[in-house]
Amino acid sequence: MSSTPVIEAKGLAKRYGAAVAVAGIDLSVSAGEVIGLLGPNGAGKTTSILMLLGLTEPSEGTVRILGRDPLRQPLEVKREVGYLPDSVGFYDSMTGRENLAYTGRLAGMSRDLARERIAAAFDKVRLAEAADQPVATYSRGMRQRLGIAELLMRECRVAILDEPTSGLDPQSTQELLDLIQRLSRDGMTILLSSHMLDVVQSICHRVALFNKGRIGFVGTVDELAARIGGGAFIVDVEADGIDLEKAASSTDGVKSVRSAEVGRWEVEATRDVRPDLARLIVQGGGSLRNLDLRRARLDQAYNRYFREVADAA
Amino acid sequence: MRREGSPLRGVGTVALKEAADHMTSARMHLIMLLVLLTAIGAVYGAIGQIRDTTAEDAYLFLKLFTVAREPLPSFAAFLGFLLPLVAIALGFDAINGEYNRRTMSRLLAQPIYRDAVLFGKFLGGLLVIVIALLTLWLLMTGLGILFLGLPPSGADIVRGVFWLAATLAYAGVWLALAIAFSTVIRSPATSALAALSVWLVLTVFWSMIASLLAGVVAPFDSFDPMSVLTQFEWQQAIGRFSPQTLYGEVTGLLLDPAARSVGPLFYNQLEGAVLGAPLPTLQSLLIVWPQISGLVAAMLILFTLAYVVFQRQEMRA
Repeated sequence: MSSTPVIEAKGLAKRYGAAVAVAGIDLSVSAGEVIGLLGPNGAGKTTSILMLLGLTEPSEGTVRILGRDPLRQPLEVKREVGYLPDSVGFYDSMTGRENLAYTGRLAGMSRDLARERIAAAFDKVRLAEAADQPVATYSRGMRQRLGIAELLMRECRVAILDEPTSGLDPQSTQELLDLIQRLSRDGMTILLSSHMLDVVQSICHRVALFNKGRIGFVGTVDELAARIGGGAFIVDVEADGIDLEKAASSTDGVKSVRSAEVGRWEVEATRDVRPDLARLIVQGGGSLRNLDLRRARLDQAYNRYFREVADAA
Repeated sequence: MRREGSPLRGVGTVALKEAADHMTSARMHLIMLLVLLTAIGAVYGAIGQIRDTTAEDAYLFLKLFTVAREPLPSFAAFLGFLLPLVAIALGFDAINGEYNRRTMSRLLAQPIYRDAVLFGKFLGGLLVIVIALLTLWLLMTGLGILFLGLPPSGADIVRGVFWLAATLAYAGVWLALAIAFSTVIRSPATSALAALSVWLVLTVFWSMIASLLAGVVAPFDSFDPMSVLTQFEWQQAIGRFSPQTLYGEVTGLLLDPAARSVGPLFYNQLEGAVLGAPLPTLQSLLIVWPQISGLVAAMLILFTLAYVVFQRQEMRA
């Protein structure tokens, strides 16, 4: 991974009259990175994306994409940067292939080149069989894949995906994520926004947390969990004959113990406390059935982060 | 701030795609069927009328478009009434339709400027109108040749072509109006209704409104004979705010070589004139030049309005 910034935003802000949509964000994305913009609805993710693309003029701040200014050289920027909008639309009466052929012509491709690339793109997103059906018959997942096929066909170096998995069933979500991961392996720099945390966690190298028009945090998922100060370790405990909440709360390193149901607990800790827990249970006369360590999931960190922000406000 | 790259990149692509969409849409098929049926009816009526009354006439072919047989109006009057409908059908969802299908942000993310989208939409619509008009005109001419057994003269064709160009400008006004509404109003149904109300007011009620207003501005004074003329001139001036009035005057002059004026004519002005003698084509054109300029200007103003609004529009609804 090289360190040249592909996307660089400085002090980006957007105001609509008195309402502030984005209140000054700084963001730098390196080539080949997959970065996730996370945040609740209305946090300014889409507005930021539109400003990065030059589709909305920022009130303040500058953007450089691949060293170019999207406001001054929009055609060159848009040639290199693909955008998949939130719930992307296609012309329903045209087939998938015709839709892509249209964008191919808009991009100035020759007919032969476009035909070749479209066929390859359809194969890659596994839509080849539906390519000649009208888009009106496509499912939501197929439309998203068609959107990805468009980015593939245009051979974009940077892809900006706005809520690519919203409204998809789990299987389609997984397929789309695999596809995005493959794009990333092929060297595409990807910026995606989502409020579904497991999505971002599974494919993003770094995340940027949005809140009320600001970026509260940028870094890896692990850094996020550590920074937020919650336990980075979570142990699922199954045991009989002991009240773990009482017994374990005084143990060094344990931050909290929550009872999930009878005989099951979730212990949050700053280190691996499994040996201590096992000792406690056995010494307390209980019978230990299961101890399971997992790392903190992003959604827990995320929820905690926004709870903290709300508390601070 | 200066932006790089041509704003016209992609105009042709968008225009051709729009034209192809219109040509295959059920909406367009229905409305063209309506136009075709009324046009054939009008010309058929005209042919009967010409046969009955004027067996010998110098401008037989132009009469084909202007002569009416009760109860049908003439072909030209039909076009003046129905073309706006065609143009509105082509344009009322041009911009807001893209937003509603959620294709706008994807379209604008392609390497083209917004200008290309709007220009392309307008040119695509205009292209469809040109094709429809030309087809209609050839069809009517063919019907005329078939039933009257006379080929059109060169002068007839020249006048016909000028008239077609003026008709295109007239349709362009309505197309620009429809596109302007589609830019300003987010719901296609509302923008269609708005455009249709303007059409109804300007084509059906405007002549009544004009005479009413003229009566208020310049009341008739029975002791002043000139007040009749003043009132008439006021009425005409107000009437010309409607593109239909302008188009009617253009049609009247271009398709009737014997017509000499769109306004009132006095006997002293006709001194020495051979009544009924045809004007040269260019002279007829010269008389209605202001009307044609007016139509083109109206089209440009409406298009500019749509352009300014569209350029400033936020992508997020």
